[in-house]
Amino acid sequence: MESKPPVLLTGPHYWDGDFACAEGAIAAGCRFLAGYPITPSTEVAERIAERFPLVGGTFIQMEDELASMAAVLGAAWAGARAMTVTSGPGFSLMQENIGLGVMTETPCVVVDVQRGGPSTGLPTLTGQQDMMQARWGSHGDYEIIALSPSSPQECFDLIITSFNLSEKYRVPVMFMMDECVGHMTERVVVPALSSIKVRHRRWYRGARDKYHPYVPAKDGVPPIVKAGDDYRFHITGLTHDQRGYPVINAECQHQCVSRLVGKIKDNTDRIVILEEDRTEDAEVVVVSYGISYRVATRAIDLARQQGIKVGSLRLVTVWPFPERRIIELAKKVKCLVMPEINMGQVFLEMERCASCFCRTRLVPHCGGWVHDPNDILKAILKGVKS
Amino acid sequence: MKRLDVTLGQDLRHPLEEYLRMDRIPHVWCPGCGIGTTLNAFLTAVKKSGIPRKDIAVVSGIGCSGRAAGYVKLDSFHTTHGRAIPFATGLKLANPKLTVVVFAGDGDLLAIGGNHLIHAARRNMDINIICINNFNYAMTGGQFSPTTPEKARLTTAPYGSYEHPFNVPFLVDSCGATYVARWTALHVRRLTNSILEALHHPGFSFIEVISSCPTVYARRNRLGTGLDLLKFYRDNSVIKNGANTRECDIRFQEQLIVGKFVDQEKPTYHDTMTEYLSQSVGKRYVPYQGPMQGKEEDGN
Repeated sequence: MESKPPVLLTGPHYWDGDFACAEGAIAAGCRFLAGYPITPSTEVAERIAERFPLVGGTFIQMEDELASMAAVLGAAWAGARAMTVTSGPGFSLMQENIGLGVMTETPCVVVDVQRGGPSTGLPTLTGQQDMMQARWGSHGDYEIIALSPSSPQECFDLIITSFNLSEKYRVPVMFMMDECVGHMTERVVVPALSSIKVRHRRWYRGARDKYHPYVPAKDGVPPIVKAGDDYRFHITGLTHDQRGYPVINAECQHQCVSRLVGKIKDNTDRIVILEEDRTEDAEVVVVSYGISYRVATRAIDLARQQGIKVGSLRLVTVWPFPERRIIELAKKVKCLVMPEINMGQVFLEMERCASCFCRTRLVPHCGGWVHDPNDILKAILKGVKS
Repeated sequence: MKRLDVTLGQDLRHPLEEYLRMDRIPHVWCPGCGIGTTLNAFLTAVKKSGIPRKDIAVVSGIGCSGRAAGYVKLDSFHTTHGRAIPFATGLKLANPKLTVVVFAGDGDLLAIGGNHLIHAARRNMDINIICINNFNYAMTGGQFSPTTPEKARLTTAPYGSYEHPFNVPFLVDSCGATYVARWTALHVRRLTNSILEALHHPGFSFIEVISSCPTVYARRNRLGTGLDLLKFYRDNSVIKNGANTRECDIRFQEQLIVGKFVDQEKPTYHDTMTEYLSQSVGKRYVPYQGPMQGKEEDGN
């Protein structure tokens, strides 16, 4: 007789990043996924379509990415942990509803397995060209959280972190994979259920008749309810007051937007996840994220072999940007180097923070492949001379 | 309805007050507009349906009709332009116990949201659509829409529209909608009954409401006041229940075919999903367990 398969496939596996991302989402309690096929993200949806019927999840293939993102928001307000998965062109189509998610403070996760752009670009080849779209893609002022995994193992681990951050700060979290990480197959160890920390939704616990959707807690984030629980609440994409009612004036806009921005910005140090290596004595620090971090590691090793004091700062969270740490490092090194598989996106933020204190060097790449470590090494050598 | 009496101590409450956010009244709709009438019909149907208020959710898009979500004292969602249906789809799938109603306009549902409309109908998604068709984009000042009759004048069709409009009942019928009706803002009792039927109908239901827009559509076309429009509906509506939807197209100031056109049983998206998955996955199938319960401790 067949037995019910376990929700969590604890143990070692040989998975690509897309599969690991799907399994990590299941481990995080995600039970709703709405998506639309797009290379190179499709394997996430395929894995979910296969696994959800075994673990009590609902998968729907929508008619497009606009619908996918809207359905995710609807599911989240019904009380599901929900996500969608896409790549560049689809990510563009999702932006308006990502804005609605920001405005209505809807916890959910958006996975973008990045490919080369612009437009249809390089469907099957890698890029990191949506990093600024993740930050500014929807209209209006807002702050967002974005993470960037470097390996299939991290696709599993960090998607759980992404769900937890989305619940804690009630904001759509952008999970910025790339084609390389998504299609790279490596050892992925799924831990035991007991060692996976999943954050619960911030349910409202006060009196029913006192509930207003947007009265923030101390950290600026309001507790949440779900449809069907007799709160009979209203949410809107219009500028709204604490009751969730639209108020169209500058005062309400100021209160609404400054809290949306503040709840992320003021908690930056709590949100930011960084990995540092050999920065204590470094004259040059390579700042990188995603797959570029792994290429940069090779370049750093080569430089160290030549006796150059190089360190690494890896941005596990890219947004909000770790301004404070970048400035601290900029004050003590000669140069900060950033390789990106784009023509300079996150680099602009680094330059803004660091250029008063040290030199900055971009190692750009148009996409389609990862950097040659020697190109990063050259930038390090130039940086140390300057 | 209780007669209103200004004597102190009399009950002056609106009969649907328990379903309205009275702290948001007055509403934005113009005098003579048909949306308020339709909202009244909807809430009356909700009251008659016996469905607990907590189990009904209203989703709106953008535009005049989109504001309806803000006035109902129900779980209500004012979403983005055109995306009310996919939002409602997510809401329904993540909590299948909810009765989900999309209240939106012709531009929202048929132009920018047209793709979602046809696919939700194809899936026989168990949601209810109330489509206010006032033949134009009124909130933005009166541009022509996909339902504007040929030759009607609007701000972006100053010489009269030269586009063929949608025959809306035919469109949703051909896409797989299992309940399709059309009424005007004059047919309050019949509209209310249709909405009541739709609320209890399993599957995709679609009710088109031809709605008066005196401020924009009627003014641009010199059709008179809201009252004149209702008189036109009275004199030119022909009730044809079960009519072939192919013959339900609307021409400028000509006869309006109204009625209940489609009412059929067919498995919903949820039905086929659970049935086919249990057949093919067998005993390993774990159906969706419903949303998170809201009882877990917050690990702050």
